[in-house]
Formats: sequence, C-alpha cells, structure tokens
Amino acid sequence: MNEIRVAARINGEDISRTVEPRMLLSDFLRGPAGLTGTHVGCEHGVCGACTVLLDGEPVRSCLMLAAQIDGCAVTTVEGLAGVAGEPDVGALHPIQRAFHETHALQCGFCTPGILLSVAAFLEETPRPTRDEVREAISGHLCRCTGYHNIVEGVVRAAELLAEGP
Amino acid sequence: MKPPPFDYVAPTDLDEALAALADAGEDARVLAGGQSLIPMLNFRLAAPVKLIDLNRVSELSGIERRPDGGLVLGAMTRHRQLERDATIAEYAPLLAEAAPWIAHAPIRTRGTIGGSIAHADPAAELPALLLLLGASVRVARAARDGEAPGRVERTLPLDDFCFGPFFTALEADEVITRIDIPPCGPLEGTAFEEFARRRGDYAIAGAASRMILDEDGTCLHAAVSLINAGPAPALVAGVEEPLVGRPPTEDRLAEAADVASAGCDPAPDMHGSEAYRRHLVRVLVLRTLARAARRAAAGRTPGIETEDG
Repeated sequence: MNEIRVAARINGEDISRTVEPRMLLSDFLRGPAGLTGTHVGCEHGVCGACTVLLDGEPVRSCLMLAAQIDGCAVTTVEGLAGVAGEPDVGALHPIQRAFHETHALQCGFCTPGILLSVAAFLEETPRPTRDEVREAISGHLCRCTGYHNIVEGVVRAAELLAEGP
Repeated sequence: MKPPPFDYVAPTDLDEALAALADAGEDARVLAGGQSLIPMLNFRLAAPVKLIDLNRVSELSGIERRPDGGLVLGAMTRHRQLERDATIAEYAPLLAEAAPWIAHAPIRTRGTIGGSIAHADPAAELPALLLLLGASVRVARAARDGEAPGRVERTLPLDDFCFGPFFTALEADEVITRIDIPPCGPLEGTAFEEFARRRGDYAIAGAASRMILDEDGTCLHAAVSLINAGPAPALVAGVEEPLVGRPPTEDRLAEAADVASAGCDPAPDMHGSEAYRRHLVRVLVLRTLARAARRAAAGRTPGIETEDG
C-alpha cells in the first residue's frame, strides 16, 4: 500500500506527516498530531463527537481520510480559543465560557464536536432562535444533558459573542 | 471500525482520474464526498484495492447557468453549495428548499450531488428531486482497448440511471461528471417536504411535487417524486390524471394524493408500518402539491418561502 505525505495547518501550526491512505482524519488528529481533544464515538458519522472545522466548515473527522487534508487548515477544540490562525491554548473561547456558565456539559465526551459545530453555526447565524439551535445541534448525540442546557449554552454563547471580547 | 488497507490517488485532472480508474479495474472505487463510502469502509462493507479521490479535480465543481436558462452542476457540487448558492435559489429552488434536509451540516459540507446519485440510496433526497426536475446525468470514462484514445462520454436521463437500491447504470470505469437541469418556466411551482423522527435523520418518507399552470390557472403538468417510498426514485404514475387540463382544486389535489399513496411501494420497518407510510405519503404529497400549485400561480417559485411553510 502506498504512503501519502500530508502537509496541513492544524490550529495555526504547520504539520507534515507520512500516513497510510486508510488513516482517518480523526485518528490522525489524535495520533500523529497529538491532539486528543477530538473525541471518537461511533466512527460512522452519526454521533458528531469527532466534528472539526476544515477550512472553517464543520466536517466529521471520522468520515475523511487524513490524506485529504493536504494543503487545508483544520481547527480542533484545542485551537478554538484565540483569533483565527493564532490559537490561544489554555484560554476559553466565548462558546466554551457560555457552556461552562450554563452547565452545558456533564461527561464532556460530545462537547468538543458540539463546540466546533456551534462555532460554525454562530458565524452564519449570530442571533439564532432556540429552534434554530436545536436544529444546529441535531447532528450531535449527548447522552448526559438531555440537550436543554446545551441549547441554553448556545444562546448564551451568541450573547457573549455579540458583546465582543 | 477502521478501513481496510487500500492504495490512494488524488489526481487534479479528470482524464488522469479516469485513467487511474480504468487501470485499477473493478476493485477500485471513486471517492467523492465520502459520506457514504467512508462509513462503508469503516464497517468494512467495502474493501476497494484503490481509491481515486475526485476532490482535487477542479473540472468537476461549479454551478453554471446555460444560455437557455438550464443549469449545469458539477458532480462534486456539495450539498452546502445547493443550500447557499444564489443561482440555485433562483433557478432550481426545489434543490435550495430541500438541501437543508439532507443529513446534518457537517455531512452537507462534504457530501456531493454526484456521490448521492452514484450511491442511489432510496432514502436519498437528490435522486428523487433531480428526477422530478427532468435532470440528466453526464458520465465519462477513459477509452477502452480497441477504442480511439481519449475520453468517452454519454448522457443518461436520471430515469435511466437509478435502477434500484444502490444500483445504477454507472459502469465500473465510469465517473459522473455533471448534472444538467432543464430550465424552469415562469408558471412553474415546486415544493418539498419530508418527515424524519429527528431532523437530519433519513426520512421515513418524503415528497417533492412540481406543477405547471397556464395563464388561466389550468394545470398543464403535475408530477410527484417520492423519497424512501420505493426501491428507486420514480415519478408516481397517475397523479396527473385528476389534475391536468383542469384548475388544481382542493378535491383534485386530494385525489392525486390518494393516487400517490396507493401507488407507492414503501417497505415497513421499526419506524413505521406500511399503512403508516402510505398515510404519511398521502399527507406529504397533498401538502407539496398544494404548495407547488400556489407557487406556480404566484408566477415563480421563490427561493425559500416561509410564510406558508
């Protein structure tokens, strides 16, 4: 089997690795890239836990090959805080602050994927209704919260983002 | 839950991709958006020796309006583009209306129109919608032994393309390159609706309707295409009977919905019995036909309408 050279920008940092073609992006992020914040749940695109941003758009990292991100920019939960291209590792993004405030996570397994989906969603829909929020997170499974506080968290995140830094 | 080993190429040129596919033989697969193929790899339901990734072939993307008003959609057009593109909203509003109902946003970011048709899932929206719009599929392959070198292309109406569940007219060395959609007239209306237990899940059933009226409000054309209510997308036979040649009154729309409900072929499963699905089809067809009729009467289907749902 051939090996593929992948050079990508992950959370603002250039990374270059040789991978087997069959390596999923989710496994690449957690393994060679050393970013274990991206969680792997179902591995067939149903649970949403592994969602990351590819060139700013949400994708399921378990439904992409690592070989496909060559030349692309990927944002994982580790790179969410800070401005685009210059992540502030350790700081909390307004969406993370909002989730903290509203108790929008319990075990936290689904949270990284939800945060990235919500980041893309709020970019496009800065003042969402609760119905729009429910729709936006419908591609994510959470077995702890019952979703109620996640919806509150997203609404609060929209307020915090509107207030500015 | 990890894909089996395979070789991988990501050409930037279509002819290069076609040659790679022809060389690799029947055990190779084409990778478009990957939102169906990669789960199949993860489950090891598919084990190709080689994947030919089309994501870097720029010739396969783009949405264009032809001089006659029809649209040409590159096979690698993403569902997200159908959802957001201004040309689609104006000239193929049915696709813009339905696109947000295709799976979830992260799937729509990657999933492609060509991939959806090639996969031919009876629960997929796009094959049924494109059939209703009278679309045709352009496919290409590299010349075979004994043929003059170069690219060999053919065009098939969508009707002759999807035969059954996951079964199409596409041959092992062929790739879908584009979808052609004929122009829509000024007194034409379309509408889409589906029902799923959770937003983004596969629909238990869905319906798309199209109606063309004349200036006096007489129905010239009525058609209905169903999602997940039969083995392959097909226009429902007989729905035009009560409608064509007359104004689309409530009674006649209801009669057409009864025809669709009786004529569909839904497979019962844990989410609904056959009777339930027939009832659902009736309701969805009635709603979409009524909305298509209103939109046709209003002159032109607006991109996304909200006032009456």
